[in-house]
Amino acid sequence: MTNLTNLSISKARELLQAKEISAVELTKAHVSEIEKYNHLNAYTTKTPEMALRQAEESDARLRQGSRKILEGIPLGIKDIFCTKDVTTTAGSDILRTFVPPYESTVSQNLLDAGASFLGKLNCDEFAMGSANLNSAYGAAINPWQKKGDASHLVPGGSSGGSSSAVAAFLAMGATGTDTGGSIRQPAAFTGIVGIKPTYGRCSRYGMIAFASSLDQAGPMTRTVQDAAIMLEAMTGYDPKDSTSAREDVPCFEKAITGNIQGLKVGIPKEYQSDHIDPEILKLWNKGKKWLEANGAEIVEVSLPHTEYALPTYYIIAPAEASSNLARYDGVRYGTRVPGDSLDEMYKNTRSAGFGEEVIRRIMIGTYVLSAGYYDAYYLKAQKVRRLIKQDFDQAFKDVDVLLTPATPNAAFSIDNPPQDPIQMYMNDIFTVPANLAGIPAISVPSGLNSEGLPLGLQLIAPAFAESLLFNTGSIIEREAGFHDLKKEERQAI
Amino acid sequence: MELTEDKLLRVADLARLKIRPSMRDNIRQSCSNILSWVEQLQKVNTDGIEPMTGMNIEALPERFDEVTDGNCVEDILANAPEKDHNMFIVPKVVE
Repeated sequence: MTNLTNLSISKARELLQAKEISAVELTKAHVSEIEKYNHLNAYTTKTPEMALRQAEESDARLRQGSRKILEGIPLGIKDIFCTKDVTTTAGSDILRTFVPPYESTVSQNLLDAGASFLGKLNCDEFAMGSANLNSAYGAAINPWQKKGDASHLVPGGSSGGSSSAVAAFLAMGATGTDTGGSIRQPAAFTGIVGIKPTYGRCSRYGMIAFASSLDQAGPMTRTVQDAAIMLEAMTGYDPKDSTSAREDVPCFEKAITGNIQGLKVGIPKEYQSDHIDPEILKLWNKGKKWLEANGAEIVEVSLPHTEYALPTYYIIAPAEASSNLARYDGVRYGTRVPGDSLDEMYKNTRSAGFGEEVIRRIMIGTYVLSAGYYDAYYLKAQKVRRLIKQDFDQAFKDVDVLLTPATPNAAFSIDNPPQDPIQMYMNDIFTVPANLAGIPAISVPSGLNSEGLPLGLQLIAPAFAESLLFNTGSIIEREAGFHDLKKEERQAI
Repeated sequence: MELTEDKLLRVADLARLKIRPSMRDNIRQSCSNILSWVEQLQKVNTDGIEPMTGMNIEALPERFDEVTDGNCVEDILANAPEKDHNMFIVPKVVE
């Protein structure tokens, strides 16, 4: 019998449907792996009893011929989605005791599709970070290590528990959220697939808000097909989120035909920044050749405002965060630290409950929204944001999809991360523009660097063209042969 | 943009934060650096460009202003740090 945790979602689904394995067996196998690799600190809350109960229900439904698309599949949920009666912390001390009385739409959709939930996954506090080092519950660890070097590496962030768990076979897939790259960057750092769908595809209801005009949920899986399956289950119009898109949900899986004959692939020349590791440039060139060999046409395009994307993001995201995080005041939920007056209570509560990066972003956001600075910073950034979106609109007149690196570097050491916040922000240099424009983008594992660490390539498409990303991503996945790498190569497990 | 100590305290007050002395220098310095770094946007010509608040916000749906749920006081208060008589308790506001 193959090791059940090594299966892809699509394969497991086949075996479940054929009754060759049971959902309970599959879930039990994951529960025991999670215990075995506890040191990765991928899970902040484990829910094995709930997962087994849900798996038993799946088995009962499977016996009756259920064809739900995730029937019996055990998943992990980023701890930023509210889960009914299960602690939800957003990686913050301020929500250490928060038990939501309701379920987020995305997690409810997954349950409705037949999934079971193994637990809640570690993340940077309020999804602010690129290394999972800003979690109040400790760093999550990347299952990959450099060849001949046992030091622990970051799994990326903010969905670092999600990427660690999926890469370490502790979940068949996981939810992530992506405000500036928080699905795609950790996916690239851990050799898995991560897609940020079009803004509005997945409901934000019950997803703890960081920057509401940018936040978007998406799946993190080991294969492109699995991401297509999981996204189909997560998405759909939701009247509880006013920004939810009234778009039909296609069968993303069926879009994976492996045929990209005549596809026009744009290479944005501005992405050739000095910050990129030469090995990543090499991989990018390989990616172009792979797509070309499969009948695509490579076209250079220009996105002239690319260099302004990160500074624009670091005005807009903190501004929205400072507003969203005003709700953590110690009155209705979360931790309270007493004070002599209402204001003192607010201040004591917030100062004790938030970590340094969150405080920094609230400060920046409050500053750029404050009287006398609003026009020069926030309004200016909103205007540049439109220019960035127009760059993409223009480029997509000439090409179908864009190919870029996912990150400017591979995973770095937990003990030696960039000390300067701006250096850390550079991790998202290739991912942030798609959030600002609201368009979908996928990170696909594409190879290993000379130190044995995974690297990812990113594909960006026009709004609601996720199908194109899955189909094109499947070519990169196949050409890179990434899945031929055995579990043993992930040295930290 | 150098964030002075005074300005730092003013912004912290607006955000209802007390910045611990051990964190203060680091926050002041890093915020100053970030504010200087984002100033490069001033170089971009945005004459005649409409600000972009989000995706498709022109098309935001509306609904009738009517009650859609209720009778869930227990759920609402379940996470309250302090509650009494079906209400959240806060420090005294009026003398």
